[in-house]
Amino acid sequence: MAAGGGIDPIHQFEIKPILGLRPFGLDLSFTNASLFMVVAVAVISAIMIYGSRQRATVPGRLQSLAEMLYEFVASTITGVMGRDGMRFFPFVFSLFMFVLTANMLGLIPGSFTVTSQIIVTAAFAFLVITVVLVYGIMKHGSHFFGLFVPEGVPGWLLPFMVLIEAVSFMSRPISLSLRLFGNMLAGHIALKVFGGFVVALTGAGIYATLAPLPLFLAVALTALEFLVAFLQAYVFTILTCVYLNDALHPGH
Amino acid sequence: MQVRASRAQRIGVVSAAASVMAVSADTAFAKGAFPPFDPTFFASQIFWLAISFGVLYWLMSRIALPRVGEVLAERSTTIARDLDQATEIHAKVEAVAKDHEQALAESRRNAQAIAQDARTASARETDAKRHATEAELGAKLAAAEKTIADRKTAAMKHVETIAAGAAAEIVGKLTGQSPTDAETAAAVKSVLSA
Repeated sequence: MAAGGGIDPIHQFEIKPILGLRPFGLDLSFTNASLFMVVAVAVISAIMIYGSRQRATVPGRLQSLAEMLYEFVASTITGVMGRDGMRFFPFVFSLFMFVLTANMLGLIPGSFTVTSQIIVTAAFAFLVITVVLVYGIMKHGSHFFGLFVPEGVPGWLLPFMVLIEAVSFMSRPISLSLRLFGNMLAGHIALKVFGGFVVALTGAGIYATLAPLPLFLAVALTALEFLVAFLQAYVFTILTCVYLNDALHPGH
Repeated sequence: MQVRASRAQRIGVVSAAASVMAVSADTAFAKGAFPPFDPTFFASQIFWLAISFGVLYWLMSRIALPRVGEVLAERSTTIARDLDQATEIHAKVEAVAKDHEQALAESRRNAQAIAQDARTASARETDAKRHATEAELGAKLAAAEKTIADRKTAAMKHVETIAAGAAAEIVGKLTGQSPTDAETAAAVKSVLSA
């Protein structure tokens, strides 16, 4: 905010290239966003790979964390998709861990929130839908499109139902990406706005006595944002499981 | 349910975001596009996301998840095996305890039988001894009785002879006639046996 001059809650979402890369006229610069993607992968690898290096029967702290995350995602998958959903385990686990870690890293003051970029959440959402479509069609062929034909509907209503189902299916990637993007964006803006109030009030003479008020709110909001960071990663994961379940068992 | 709750939350949060964004619109949009919607770095974002997520997927699916899964599976088999072993040992201990109790009961029964045998044997011996003593004493008694009877008969015989002599002498003195031995003997006998 110092660099932006004054208090600008949007400034934190600005992307700045660290290392310029322009092959074939495409701007593929390594930016602060790319840096935090790499940091997220490093943090996840530290927990999952470094943490489990001893393969101890009685786990240490880091291995316990790795096992807890493993079992949490595994139970989410089996809860939604059943046993055969475990074939998507590496995919869903990577997705959950990436989103969760990116959300959590974003809460460190001065860091960059990868998941507050619409292009990132949209890429994830379209990746999920692509996996659903490709796997569904590969596994079930044309039978997969039975997903759009609900059972027990009178014949004259069927075209409308198919249309509604198709639209609802196509809106899934949009809602999936916007939900995560919106939550992260709004949370960080709100945090910055309350932080800005504190700064503005401390420089406003007698009103400086009111400065602790927004500070207290900012602290409370930070706690809430930790909850949101986890909850949105979980929601993203569980919806991914629900959509993948359609690819696994299209017969409802 | 969670999904529904999060949808409501999303609507709330997005509308809040919209209002905050409206507040800051003057500053943000005055400088240019709203950064998250600025397409300048979209290609770079997707490129680096694909690389980092691809690396993450590879690391998780090849190294981390098989390893953690292995550890968890190994732990559950270890626990199951240990539990099985514990139940097995428990069953064995119970069997041994049962055997022990059985052996104890059997030896108790044996001891009782031995004691009973000893008691009967000693009783029988005592009885036999008593019977022998009684028989001996009876025999002695009978012999003594016989001696007494013999002595009595002999004495009676002497009494007869003396009485006959005395009677013959008395008769001779009174009548002057001496009876024959046979007459006196008969007379004495009739008197004595009367």
